[in-house]
Amino acid sequence: MYDFEFVKPASIADAVKALKEDGAQALSGGQTLIATMKQRLAAPGTLVSLTGIAEMKGVSAAGGQLTVGGATPHAVVAAEAKAAYPGLAALAGGIGDPMVRNRGTIGGSIANNDPAACYPSAVLASGATVVTDRRKIAADDYFQGLFTTALEEGEIVTQVIFPIPEKAAYVKFNQPASRFALTGVFVAKFASGVRVAVTGAGADGVFRWTEAEEALSKDFSPAAVDGLSVDPSGLMGDLHGTPEYRANLIKVLTKRAVAAA
Amino acid sequence: MTKVTMTVNGKTVSGEVEGRTLLSGFLREGLGLTGTHIGCDTSQCGACTVHVNGRAVKSCTVFALDVAGAEVKTIEGMANADGSLSVLQQAFQDCHGLQCGFCTPGMVMASAALLADNPTPSEAEVRHGLEGNLCRCTGYHNIVKAVLQASGQDITAIPA
Repeated sequence: MYDFEFVKPASIADAVKALKEDGAQALSGGQTLIATMKQRLAAPGTLVSLTGIAEMKGVSAAGGQLTVGGATPHAVVAAEAKAAYPGLAALAGGIGDPMVRNRGTIGGSIANNDPAACYPSAVLASGATVVTDRRKIAADDYFQGLFTTALEEGEIVTQVIFPIPEKAAYVKFNQPASRFALTGVFVAKFASGVRVAVTGAGADGVFRWTEAEEALSKDFSPAAVDGLSVDPSGLMGDLHGTPEYRANLIKVLTKRAVAAA
Repeated sequence: MTKVTMTVNGKTVSGEVEGRTLLSGFLREGLGLTGTHIGCDTSQCGACTVHVNGRAVKSCTVFALDVAGAEVKTIEGMANADGSLSVLQQAFQDCHGLQCGFCTPGMVMASAALLADNPTPSEAEVRHGLEGNLCRCTGYHNIVKAVLQASGQDITAIPA
């Protein structure tokens, strides 16, 4: 890995200032970025650590919403969101392994937007709001393709605000070596309707399965999606699974998630 | 080079590091604490697991400067004050929870963190909790047994 200058600001304002420097890059838990830098696929001149910013950490529930600070590790969400939003807590408790969960953060995960990451599905299915240092972005506008988001240069995710659904569950088919989702489905049932988000399968990253949303909004039962099928064109194919295999997984996992919710 | 200071196994230590110096490198090369092993250096294997402020992390995927001021515990800090093995380490020995021993420091550190969170885990919970640690000898069965023994649970019913 190439060397860099390391800075660790204590406030969002100082972090934003540091990120204006040429070649500066934000570092959250580093569970993806450090590995990427070791491979020299990234070589920032300055790393701005976000792990020392107290105002970006923590989980709180109020008024039907759960707010998670951008630099909150997965393990903290798994423990502290359990009462208010158990479906989200369970997702956080299943990411990677315990050591990854103690470092990796929600802000880092959704800023990276890996097409097989777990968190994007929860953010999209919940219709969450991504709060940054400069604005609020609706989940439907935030995810824009593989490793691509609405974030601008130097913009950091400070909070994610989740409306708490009546029922929700995430079920993933684990890729056992990477522990990423070979395919994962997050189902969230609100009074206004059901949202279904799929990760690990879309060639353009996380997406909503709108046909299933319509069917489940009328009848929230696993059988409601029996008559539906997913078009494999537009899905990822690799040595772990063909697009057709993933299309079938989406349906199976959606049914399991509805049953588990 | 930047000066970094932290507490390692109860002692305040400091050293000069680069931005890119990993915690694993600082512990091994800076402090000579070579009990922390670097297996894969890609955060897959967990051999480099140490505790930072009481939480298990993979020290190959944390920068030393990012944990400045933290309380770090490594395998060298796990034995009792008189030098005898801790209950968990003794259980690894009793159950033959190691073969080549390369993964052992990480297994012990991950297991200690697991037991701190969940003092009487089920076998399934131990296996889930050790998902981030690979044993190249595939000696998992006895490792799981050792963790269950260390938790004070009866392991006589578990087949050898």
